[in-house]
Amino acid sequence: MPGSDIAAALAATLPPDCVLARPEERRPYECDALTAFRELPAVVVLPRTEEEVQRVLITCSRLGVPLVARGSGTGLSGGATPHPQGVLLSCARMNRVLAIDPRSRCARLQPGVPNLKISEAAAPHGLYYAPDPSSQVACSIGGNVAENSGGVHCLKYGLTVHNVLGVDGFTVAGERIELGGGGGTLDSPGLDLLALAIGSEGLLMIVTAVTVKLIPRPPCAQLVVASFPTLHSAADAVAAVIAAGIIPAALEMMDRKATAAVEPFVHAGYDLEAAAILLVESDGTRAEVDEQIGEIERVLRNCGASSLRIAATEAERLRLWSGRKNAFPAAGRLSPDYYCMDGTIPRKHVGRVLEAIGEMESRYGLPCFNVFHAGDGNLHPVIMFDSNAPGAWERADRFGAEILELCIEVGGTITGEHGVGVEKIGGMCVQFSPAERAAFAAVKEAFDPAGLLNPGKLIPTLARCAEYGKMHVRGGALPHAELPRF
Amino acid sequence: MPGPDGSILEQWRQRLRAAAAARTPLRLKGAGTKDFYGERLAGEVLELHGWRGVVSYDPSELVITARCGTPLSQIEAELAERGQFLAFEPPAFDADPTLGGVIAAGLSGPRRPYAGAARDFVLGTRLLAADGEALRFGGEVIKNVAGFDVSRLLCGSLGILGIITEVSLKVLPRPRVEETLRLELSAAAAVESFNRWAARPLPLSGAAWWQGAAMVRLSGAPAAVGAAREQIGGETMDAAAAQQWWQALRHCRLPPFACQVLWRLSVPPAAAPLPLPGSPLIDWGGALRWYADLPAQLAVRDIAVAASGTALCWHGAAVPRFHPLSPAVARLHQRLKERFDPHGIFNPGRLSAAL
Repeated sequence: MPGSDIAAALAATLPPDCVLARPEERRPYECDALTAFRELPAVVVLPRTEEEVQRVLITCSRLGVPLVARGSGTGLSGGATPHPQGVLLSCARMNRVLAIDPRSRCARLQPGVPNLKISEAAAPHGLYYAPDPSSQVACSIGGNVAENSGGVHCLKYGLTVHNVLGVDGFTVAGERIELGGGGGTLDSPGLDLLALAIGSEGLLMIVTAVTVKLIPRPPCAQLVVASFPTLHSAADAVAAVIAAGIIPAALEMMDRKATAAVEPFVHAGYDLEAAAILLVESDGTRAEVDEQIGEIERVLRNCGASSLRIAATEAERLRLWSGRKNAFPAAGRLSPDYYCMDGTIPRKHVGRVLEAIGEMESRYGLPCFNVFHAGDGNLHPVIMFDSNAPGAWERADRFGAEILELCIEVGGTITGEHGVGVEKIGGMCVQFSPAERAAFAAVKEAFDPAGLLNPGKLIPTLARCAEYGKMHVRGGALPHAELPRF
Repeated sequence: MPGPDGSILEQWRQRLRAAAAARTPLRLKGAGTKDFYGERLAGEVLELHGWRGVVSYDPSELVITARCGTPLSQIEAELAERGQFLAFEPPAFDADPTLGGVIAAGLSGPRRPYAGAARDFVLGTRLLAADGEALRFGGEVIKNVAGFDVSRLLCGSLGILGIITEVSLKVLPRPRVEETLRLELSAAAAVESFNRWAARPLPLSGAAWWQGAAMVRLSGAPAAVGAAREQIGGETMDAAAAQQWWQALRHCRLPPFACQVLWRLSVPPAAAPLPLPGSPLIDWGGALRWYADLPAQLAVRDIAVAASGTALCWHGAAVPRFHPLSPAVARLHQRLKERFDPHGIFNPGRLSAAL
């Protein structure tokens, strides 16, 4: 169906300023933060209310038109990449905090509320929303629900799935559904469809309200930065901290290339001689933190830390963190393009996998640094390349795919927190058997029989896996050849 | 799968094929500790306790993987040896459930509001599906967003989607110290206090009220527990007596659980006292309220809904026992059931008469 017809059908049911049909209006929506994948949506809609969302769904269902939901467009796996014959639904105007309940400690939000705004709204009550993806200034709670987003504090405080109590929204047919405990209850009858909806990447329903758990803000936080002479000793120290019965608030690792990349910009004072540094944070009451920091220091020293530094002031703690948080922008300054991966592995294999990535670096001829959630075993190798150099993106893509295959091989997963989207759809063919992928397709059919919600994401078709398998054998060939590049 | 144990899965697979061919429903059974739970039991019994044993446990990974028939007591003993535990405190009742039963029921104990529910600790599952295919979802890592979260869907599914053959769970270090405070309070004052304390950075791990007394459990570093004791007040209970009390609550052994009629109301934790006769047992810091011996004519469900909650008939004759689903959500259940269990062989009617 031509885009103009879809736009006309939507315009008949929505206020005029909710429908964007001109190409220049649609252009800003052609990609999310995975900019390598771009499509111009046929129509963009910007509803303000639940009823308008419902009308969009009913219209799309009636016309058989694909619908892709978009939060703030900060996703890293192309989950919000538009469909060229479909409608892109932006939640940007549904950005109100609907209610804060300080007594039952929950907040009810429209999907477009930025993650950080939740904690700001809860702050007067001494409460906050724990999951804190690096993009939390911009990323929306609706997007967090779609991707089951994480952050640096997952080890202690969990992912989105552990912190969302309920979602309300609509099925593709426009039927209203409420999943989980929208009022702040801790369980609900029937199958746990809430767990299924979280991380479903917009394939199962459109969420119009989210109820999240709020928790008390810890009064105090302290950070230890430890230097290690080898990647292996740093990785072993991560396991030793956990084995000692300590669950730190954050446990992050940066390798030497990562510290070298950020230090000139942030001046955090990182030890540039160390093969790797660990950032270990404790939070809680002052007495609790002092006690835990003492234990952490002891374990890190026993594991061969060559130096330990405890932030002397709050300003120093924040400066040490800013280096970690600015690692990706630093990559942007060092290289025209970079590609951030997101595999998770059992902690015991961190040393081995980092060494293997080092070996791949020389094989692919592309630099890669590692800055990641070591406590969760969630790797974020950052591959640097120049897309103007012939074949560079293909090499980066192949490099990334090899990292993910290694993650699967050691018992891990192709995505810890960024989602599958379009980016890792090939990896799904490696991680899951045809019968397992058929089970995912069965879940999809139960919610969306016509396959209109975010088609082409998350679940690879048999044909796609066959194609990936062939490319896999050939090696170095171009995956997703049908997709446009830059 | 090789070895003599592998033949168990092969037997099950054949049993599934035969059941599908003959359209004979199967009643999946672990240790049978929760036969009372659910709408009804139907079908030929398929015993699942034989597929047992811990497959892997590495304390520094904070993950244990075990087969469905493994007794809960064995898992808890292996974890305790390494100073770890299952923080969701699943109920064992008066016996020793299997891991598969614990996850299929998805029930959680007193630590649930503070540590998380059973489903929050499920990292991965293996499922023997209707066609005999062995499927694996999730895995042994803490962060994993590849594909739909079918593992958590299976938690609490009461076996209606297939046989959970193996489960990987996140485990946690046992708290360094644990202490229980007892305070004489009314039910309303207890609920108000539980929620006030929960909004402060205190190491709460249980908050319950029964027969005029609030019980508050604190867990964590000695300094934090000591500071919280000062803030909350009350009388510090003898450690053994406290342990016994929390075990009785967790395993559903307090007197209300012996009543013929017992309702479990799940409400927002700060919900005002409910207009129901009798004195409740309150758990989960106010979010769970148990009422024994309610008269049959009472509209318990309406009262729960008025408090933004739901009501489950734990013991008694109410039909259905689970709180009814909205028509749109019920339709999604129906479609999932049809796709996972096209021949209707797995625990028909257990989660709902329609499934």
